Amino acid sequence: MPISWFLALRFFREGRLQSVLIVVGVSVGVAVMVFLSALIDGLQTSLVAQTLGTQAHVVVRPPDEVARPMLASSEAVAIAARVERTAQRSRSIVGWQQVVEGLSAIASVTAVSPTVTGPAVAIRGNATRAVVLYGVDPERFAGIYPIRQRMVAGRFEPTGTGCVIGRELALDLGVGEGDRLRLGSVEGASEVYTVAGVFDLGNREVNRRWVVITMRGAQTLLDLVGGVSSVDLRVRDIYSADAVATDITARTGLIADSWMKTNAQLLVALRSQSSSSQMIQFFVILAVAMGIASVLVVSVVQKGKEIGILRAMGVGRSSVLWVFLIQGAMVGLIGSVIGTAFGTGLGVLFAGMVRNADGSPTFPVTVSLALVARSAAIAFFTGVFAAALPARSAARLDPAVAIRNG
Amino acid sequence: MAEPVLLLEGVFKSYGNGVVTEVLKGVDLRVERGEFAALIGPSGSGKSTLLNILGLLDRPTRGRLTIAGEDTTHLDDAGLTRLRGRTIGFVFQFHHLLPGLSAEENVMMPMIAATGRTSKEMVPRARRLLERVGLGEKAGSRPNALSGGQQQRVAIARALALDPPLVLADEPTGNLDTKTADQIFEVMREFNRELGVAFLIVTHDPRLATRCDRTIDLVDGRIVSDQRRAGT
Repeated sequence: MPISWFLALRFFREGRLQSVLIVVGVSVGVAVMVFLSALIDGLQTSLVAQTLGTQAHVVVRPPDEVARPMLASSEAVAIAARVERTAQRSRSIVGWQQVVEGLSAIASVTAVSPTVTGPAVAIRGNATRAVVLYGVDPERFAGIYPIRQRMVAGRFEPTGTGCVIGRELALDLGVGEGDRLRLGSVEGASEVYTVAGVFDLGNREVNRRWVVITMRGAQTLLDLVGGVSSVDLRVRDIYSADAVATDITARTGLIADSWMKTNAQLLVALRSQSSSSQMIQFFVILAVAMGIASVLVVSVVQKGKEIGILRAMGVGRSSVLWVFLIQGAMVGLIGSVIGTAFGTGLGVLFAGMVRNADGSPTFPVTVSLALVARSAAIAFFTGVFAAALPARSAARLDPAVAIRNG
Repeated sequence: MAEPVLLLEGVFKSYGNGVVTEVLKGVDLRVERGEFAALIGPSGSGKSTLLNILGLLDRPTRGRLTIAGEDTTHLDDAGLTRLRGRTIGFVFQFHHLLPGLSAEENVMMPMIAATGRTSKEMVPRARRLLERVGLGEKAGSRPNALSGGQQQRVAIARALALDPPLVLADEPTGNLDTKTADQIFEVMREFNRELGVAFLIVTHDPRLATRCDRTIDLVDGRIVSDQRRAGT
């Protein structure tokens, strides 16, 4: 065993109470870091998952119509005109089949769903509800939204005159699987549909508004024969959605909105939360570093005479330096192992304590391997860095003075 | 003439920047292999300073120090540390054993320092030395479980771990009762005779000094007398 390791282990064992106290301190610090990160990561993941459960990552739609005034002006005649913004009618993406093909070829895009969407009313007896029609290809649509997993009645098979509606709408209209309702568009067209299934996407507004039918049915009702009003996309990395949307706009000239743009406030909130978490973690690390450094500084003072004797016996300055660096690293390493286990246990306990009605944890906790590795690495390097100053002063001790004064 | 184990030529040592205090004022000293010498002198005469310089724990302001044939003038800190570990054994007044290590590990410490690592081969030598000082059965004991005399015996065994040509002992019996002091003196004497190790013992005890082969008297930073006993 190298001399520095031998002495570090002996010193560590010798100052038992000090060693135990500082390891407990580091463990608590690491546990706080792990628990806090796991809780915030879990909450953020859950929040984003909930948000994206009813939203496509990117929605591609035709460019807005703009007014093109045909005013002849000349040097002699000045025209003062106020050009009003054109009301946006429901229009199809030109050449949408090629657009869908092109979007499918993008590596970061994992699912593409052309959609015919527009306002409509659902009528059952005397009850009328304003809804949003979604004309879709069921397979492609299921690739964007987790609707198949969220069916509470029937199946997700909007075929022919079969429609799939949300739970709140079903309750409002008093319909269930196999019942009929009438769907009418603002253009005046209407058709009777049979409820093939009822979904619950976890969002009351979505459950109340969405009515999913076939593309052809929506095209007829919304007077958009052969066209689609938008293309929904799912991307591999949700936080790359903005970049993918910008790329699509540049490539196609179509408007592409990412979920990050439409949920800017959510992202700001998530970033603020992350910043707060990082701030807390920074101060925890600082406290841990100060704790390790102060214990080792005291240790150097206490062991001044021993260091002097070791130097007199031929132990070099670098070996003395390493003795204290190794002690710092050991404290960091042991503290990180105990702290990670404690923090993870605390997270699991906390997640299991309070649960939602559906059995999912109210405070979801995500302990990833990356989080554990990061926390352990931070604790380890904090230990080494915190030990650097006392180690340096130990290495610089004058052996004659140290032996004389202790 | 044989090569001296220690050669001091015109050594001066002063401290301070503004008000300079000269502690050693031109000391010349030669110690041969196998000598058993006492360094005496009143408090403040410069004994500790001289011992620190001889032990390579401090540098002279002027003059030359040669240890085991190696001129130390131009050695850097690492060079001095290496030479010190290899050629000089220390015995301190308060034994200065490492409290966290067993007696055996304390004796092994100079060997560990010299090689940079622990090794099983060091154990038999440490055991042998402990047996030589009569503490074979105390090898696993911590210093706080040993008496003052036993601790000093361990310290002597430690000083001889690397078979150095020179041992510097600073008041090795100063903290012991007369009987134990005599025993410790005899242990050092035996090692000196059997192994040929030179001992330079700083002491205030005239009884001890007169039992050494040579007595060097340092007063006010100068060697005022250097006497060898007849027949040595």
